[in-house]
Amino acid sequence: MDVRDVAHLARMHITAEEATLFQSQLEHILDHVRDLGELDLDGVEPTAHAVAVQNVFRVDEARPGLPHAQVMANAPQARNGLFMVPRILE
Amino acid sequence: MSGANPYKVSIGLETHVQLKTRSKIWCACPNTFGSDPNTDVCPICLGYPGSMPVLNAEAVKLTVMAGLLLGCRINHYSKFDRKSYFYPDMPKNYQISQYDQPLCTGGSVPIEVDGKPKVIRIHRIHLEEDVAKNNHFETASGVDFNRAGTPLMEIVSEPDIASADEAFAFLQALKQMLVYGGITDGNLEQGNIRCDINCSVRPDTQTTLGTKTEIKNMNTFKGVHRSLTYEIKRQIEVCEQGGKIMQETRRWDDARGVTTAMRSKEYAHDYRYFPEPDLMPVVLDDAQIDEWRTALPEMPQARRTRFITDFGLPAYDADVLVADKPIADFFEATLAAGASPKAASNWVMTELLRMLGEQEWSVSEARITPTMLADILRLLDEGKINNPAAKTIFSVCFTEGGDPRAIMEARGLAQVSDEGALDRWVQAAITANPKSVADYQAGKKAALQFLMGQVMRASQGKANPPKVMQALKAQLDG
Repeated sequence: MDVRDVAHLARMHITAEEATLFQSQLEHILDHVRDLGELDLDGVEPTAHAVAVQNVFRVDEARPGLPHAQVMANAPQARNGLFMVPRILE
Repeated sequence: MSGANPYKVSIGLETHVQLKTRSKIWCACPNTFGSDPNTDVCPICLGYPGSMPVLNAEAVKLTVMAGLLLGCRINHYSKFDRKSYFYPDMPKNYQISQYDQPLCTGGSVPIEVDGKPKVIRIHRIHLEEDVAKNNHFETASGVDFNRAGTPLMEIVSEPDIASADEAFAFLQALKQMLVYGGITDGNLEQGNIRCDINCSVRPDTQTTLGTKTEIKNMNTFKGVHRSLTYEIKRQIEVCEQGGKIMQETRRWDDARGVTTAMRSKEYAHDYRYFPEPDLMPVVLDDAQIDEWRTALPEMPQARRTRFITDFGLPAYDADVLVADKPIADFFEATLAAGASPKAASNWVMTELLRMLGEQEWSVSEARITPTMLADILRLLDEGKINNPAAKTIFSVCFTEGGDPRAIMEARGLAQVSDEGALDRWVQAAITANPKSVADYQAGKKAALQFLMGQVMRASQGKANPPKVMQALKAQLDG
């Protein structure tokens, strides 16, 4: 695991010093997680959730959205009701 | 095509279908099209930190019903995952989708090209959220989140499609089934169905698939056909010249009719899928799945058979009528309003389809209702109007609506069967055309048609043709 790859995936800029520091810190964390591999988990079903809750649904009913002015309140730039962002290249 | 084609083509389609729900997938914002930008939105579909999604039950039901229509295996356990990427159409920087445990697996879509039936296998169907729509301007882009959070079903086909024609037929067949099933409105202009294309070619002798290219975000079936026709030719030419196909994403340039390579990625996408912690798994039992199975509406093939056996329609009529569900519904409603099947079929296939085509309207945009058509056919049947008058009334109903009988009266379109009036027109025609009378009496039958035409003209098309014929013959043969 290279911490610079992880930083790139998260679109974070880190300095060379930070890369060295975070690399060793992350290694420690990953080592700790690797300890879980020592456990005997034969016969334990993998799960994506810690609580046994399923089928949490919402009835298909529509309500109006937020007032438009409130929606745009935090927009750094807006035009014609749109959130304006730097021109998107492919 | 002449001779054996030395290249095999393999095409797989990833078809995204917007589901016909009232609200969005994770929040209660309306799932509609055409609202002012950023008005059908809330913190959840805007992707605000801390907002919590709750799954719309109807979206699950519609996806499972689509799976049942396509003969998929419905998975009893299904879950959602986060797919990470950075793009302004998704401010939370991940799309909630399904990675390794989708709702439906397997299945197929039957197609027919040049009279040859073929089955295109489906790999899987999963449920995800649609993203915001970007509008590109000269110096900036603008984002509208109304579309964000629309329930989106992705149908992934196996690479069984072997030509642009087959891809087109697949999309047509898929759309027809899904619209019939009430799964989607299937409105391409509104982006209800969009697809990504994976395409590769390989020498006939090679067993493994060739390197594929991907064409993203196609929103018309015609565009899919045209882009594939171009891309297949391009790939074969590269191979012929000893070149190598690059695995890349290409963009379809509709105006120029070519695909071009998009800026190559620095490295492959790393979506880092992981289970969505904010959504619980979906667990479906057989009783629930069976309940939805029994709620499935009639499919086009079954309806076609019923039209032929129950209504005695020719196969051709049945094909034309069932091709488009709203048309088939209109036809059946016309029968329910009292029309006879063959007459209703003729009028729907000719007048209705012709006028819809001219206006580029869907049935719902036309003002005529099945009851109006049934009333027009009743007036015809009772001899109150003749065929040209019926067409005039139909046309008025089509654009303005209204009661056919009232239109008939207001416009003086009632057929004249009154013998006094008919006799006067017949007499006038005979007096004015002695030569035709002589010709007829000399055995020239065509002269009678001419006299008939004169009477119809004098009556401004309102005379009852069989009665005119009767009266003419009575006068001349008498």
